[in-house]
Amino acid sequence: MCAVRGLSKTYPAARGRRGAPGTPAVRATDDVRLDIRRGEIFGLLGPNGAGKSTLVRQLTGLMRPDSGSVEILGHDIVRYPERAARILAYLGQESTALDELTVSLAAETTGRLRGLSLKDARAERDDVLEELGLTALAARPLKKLSGGQRRLACFAAALVGRRPLLVLDEPTTGMDPVARRAVWAAVDRRRAERGATVLLVTHNVIEAETVLDRVAVLDQGRVIACDSPAGLKERVAGEVRVELVWREKAPMELSEVARLRERAVESGRRWSLRLAPDEARSAVAAVTGGPAFDFLDDFTLATPSLEDVYLALGGSRSGVKGLVKA
Amino acid sequence: MSVVSAEALRERPVEAVPEDAHDDGLAPRAKFLPSLGAVYRAQLSRARVARIPLLFVATFQSIGIMILMRGVVDQGGREAQAVVAGSAVLVVAFVALNLLAQYFGQLRAAGGLDHYATLPVPPASVVLGAAGAYASFTVPGTVVTAVVGCAMFDLPLTHLWVLAAVIPLAGAALSGLGAALGLLAPRPELATLLGQLGMSAALLLGVLPADRMPEFVQYARDLLPSTYGVEAFARTFGDHPDWATVLLDLGVCAGVGVASLAVATWAYRRAAVR
Ligand SMILES: Nc1ncnc2c1ncn2[C@@H]1O[C@H](COP(=O)(O)OP(=O)(O)OP(=O)(O)O)[C@@H](O)[C@H]1O
Ligand SMILES: [Mg+2]
Repeated sequence: MCAVRGLSKTYPAARGRRGAPGTPAVRATDDVRLDIRRGEIFGLLGPNGAGKSTLVRQLTGLMRPDSGSVEILGHDIVRYPERAARILAYLGQESTALDELTVSLAAETTGRLRGLSLKDARAERDDVLEELGLTALAARPLKKLSGGQRRLACFAAALVGRRPLLVLDEPTTGMDPVARRAVWAAVDRRRAERGATVLLVTHNVIEAETVLDRVAVLDQGRVIACDSPAGLKERVAGEVRVELVWREKAPMELSEVARLRERAVESGRRWSLRLAPDEARSAVAAVTGGPAFDFLDDFTLATPSLEDVYLALGGSRSGVKGLVKA
Repeated sequence: MSVVSAEALRERPVEAVPEDAHDDGLAPRAKFLPSLGAVYRAQLSRARVARIPLLFVATFQSIGIMILMRGVVDQGGREAQAVVAGSAVLVVAFVALNLLAQYFGQLRAAGGLDHYATLPVPPASVVLGAAGAYASFTVPGTVVTAVVGCAMFDLPLTHLWVLAAVIPLAGAALSGLGAALGLLAPRPELATLLGQLGMSAALLLGVLPADRMPEFVQYARDLLPSTYGVEAFARTFGDHPDWATVLLDLGVCAGVGVASLAVATWAYRRAAVR
């Protein structure tokens, strides 16, 4: 469906203006290789500034890569960027173009600009607004909606005029659980009924775990892992997360506590540790069995989630110690 | 999937892109006229939602200028004709040049062009649709200004119908200029500034009687597209308007309109793929 090879893009350094320091060049996508299969819901996961939007903008023909190739349905998007618009629907992070339109007109106009006749555009508009529960808001300008409602309206516009590939940059930011569920249901329906492929940028790890078939984890422009959520979790399987919350501060004078500190990521009174199961057991026994227990406010023991994988693989910025397994 | 090896860079896509891309998963392009219509409708409704107060500002500004000028020029004379025509076209300049430059400057800076760039719509439809909507939006303000001006300066309303040609043609020239400025300016503040300057130029060079200006200002006046709309309109107030010259002036407007809209379309293409 979509093959990406050696894709690289560097934002050039900017000179500072009037005393303000300039910015160095940023390699926002670095030699990225991806293969997205037909009918798949494929996720891009990564911290802020990892290069997810930059990558997606190159796939949609909005940005010319410095090097590398993008092929969608056999079309060379680097050479013919205008073809992307005829293959995919894109929901960007911004909504400025639609802001002052009503929900209904935004969806209808987008459909017409995807080549639908007036009649078809209106019919599809009504279906999509109904499907997403937006009918009651149809006559309101996007600008006067809440952040989550506005996002949902933009998502609706992206769905009018069927496309075999949907590229969605953080579609559910700011949405409540009901709206989120409507989005995932709509995405799933398009895949089930029409075989649509979906490329999704997200931060929300829980979301990623439940809806995605495969995930690529991006960090500083590089793909550092790509697998199914279950496959990724296996990479940190055998690790257990131990969280300790101290009442005031950790009793460092106790040797068992001092020893744990070397393995912990501290944030205020909270310590977070990743340990092998038997280590975890003895750590918990040590802090709950001895004098340390009096200093302890709370503790939890959990098997790793995709979030742990994300943090573990995030390496450069997550601040988690020593967990990246080759 | 694996993390990329050095070979991956050298590897080229295996399949060649077929020469004829139809029937290859490509949806049809949106056609020029229907998408022009869709953009026009959307932009007009946008303007109605958000820009009505600005249209009042534009109209009051023009009427205010005419009130000021009443103390300076004689009623019913050639100068009065120029003042009324200039003030009416100034409304077009305010909206089509100034507001459109602002709109495209902000749209571009905020990434709003991505929306259009990922739709299979001809660039000319987007630019012409927006330009047309802004130009139509000026109609009530321009007509009101012209009627009030005629009443104030004792001018005949007989040939006011010529506005039906002056507004679209001056509108095309000015909105094309506005769109091009907005899309070419490297920063949105600069787009706003250029739009404002353009409007100030239309005010100074179009409304104030040309005969009292130094010579270089008169040259500048000849360079400004709105001038020809103003002149065409001003000529129709006479007892026996010289229709050939009116037509010539309108022709210049149309020519500048075509050229500036073409530049704006080119600028849009350039701005859409970065
Ligand atoms: N127009 C630009 N000019 C210069 N640098 C940029 C530009 N846009 C993004 N960057 C930089 O490129 C890197 C990748 O940005 P990008 O927007 O792709 O991140 P992202 O993964 O989408 O982040 P987020 O999760 O916050 O949306 C960041 O370091 C960012 O600062
Ligand atoms: Mg982003």
